[in-house]
Amino acid sequence: MTLKDVQDILEAEVLVGRDQLQKPVKTAFAADLMSDVLAFAKPDSLLLTGLTNPQVVRTADILDITAIIMVRGKKPSEETVKLAEELKIPILSTRYILFETSGRLHAKGITGCIEKVGGEI
Amino acid sequence: MRESQKFEKSFDVQGGSFQNAGNVSGQIKSILKEMGVSTDIVRRVAIICYESEINIVSYAKKGTITLVVTDEAVKIETKDEGPGIPDIELAMKEGYSTATAAVREMGFGAGMGLANMKKYSDHLIITSEVGIGTCVTMIVMDFSKILHPDLPPLTL
Repeated sequence: MTLKDVQDILEAEVLVGRDQLQKPVKTAFAADLMSDVLAFAKPDSLLLTGLTNPQVVRTADILDITAIIMVRGKKPSEETVKLAEELKIPILSTRYILFETSGRLHAKGITGCIEKVGGEI
Repeated sequence: MRESQKFEKSFDVQGGSFQNAGNVSGQIKSILKEMGVSTDIVRRVAIICYESEINIVSYAKKGTITLVVTDEAVKIETKDEGPGIPDIELAMKEGYSTATAAVREMGFGAGMGLANMKKYSDHLIITSEVGIGTCVTMIVMDFSKILHPDLPPLTL
């Protein structure tokens, strides 16, 4: 699946990274707590979140996240967009809630970057 | 870290500067990438740097993050001028936090920072003096190079 497919499934608006929609994606992680994202997310995954501040972009950059999906119709702040453009990290915004966003992507073959915690780093 | 040391650089971090939090970690990540450090080590160091930077921004007046790179390991040393940690053992517990609302709004402050720093480093040493500040030393080892120092790069 590509980021373009993700955009279609989620009827999402691409706010940053229109030139990167051909990037492949297989896995995702969803959280509003960035420390949990740092603890569990894997490189080349999607980050689904309801947060919109620049720290989401920083976290994505540190972890080599493929793209940020902002859920519940959330739109990033101006600083967030600026940083994402600078660091070349795509941001998509969908009106689906986090549960629906996760479910729709999972149904189309995107899996969690880990299934459950414990025993695995 | 004596003879094999090949790089050292210190970065200033301003307390309370939430907008810039992560800037130093991004720079450190780029430096390590350019040096050709393996992806896994870069990632682990980037995560511990970022959590450290968030801690300095969240709690201290100011601080420094020092990056030291050798052939076998990467060391991150942080020093801050801040309130200090009265009970380090308690602070290390996942879920324990004294974070303000501003920190939580950024997606941090849930008591995971020190736990993540421990999880991603091979050695972590914290010293702290209440009213003075906190120092954290973290080492990420490149075991492949320690176990097989003369091994040529892997080719498939």
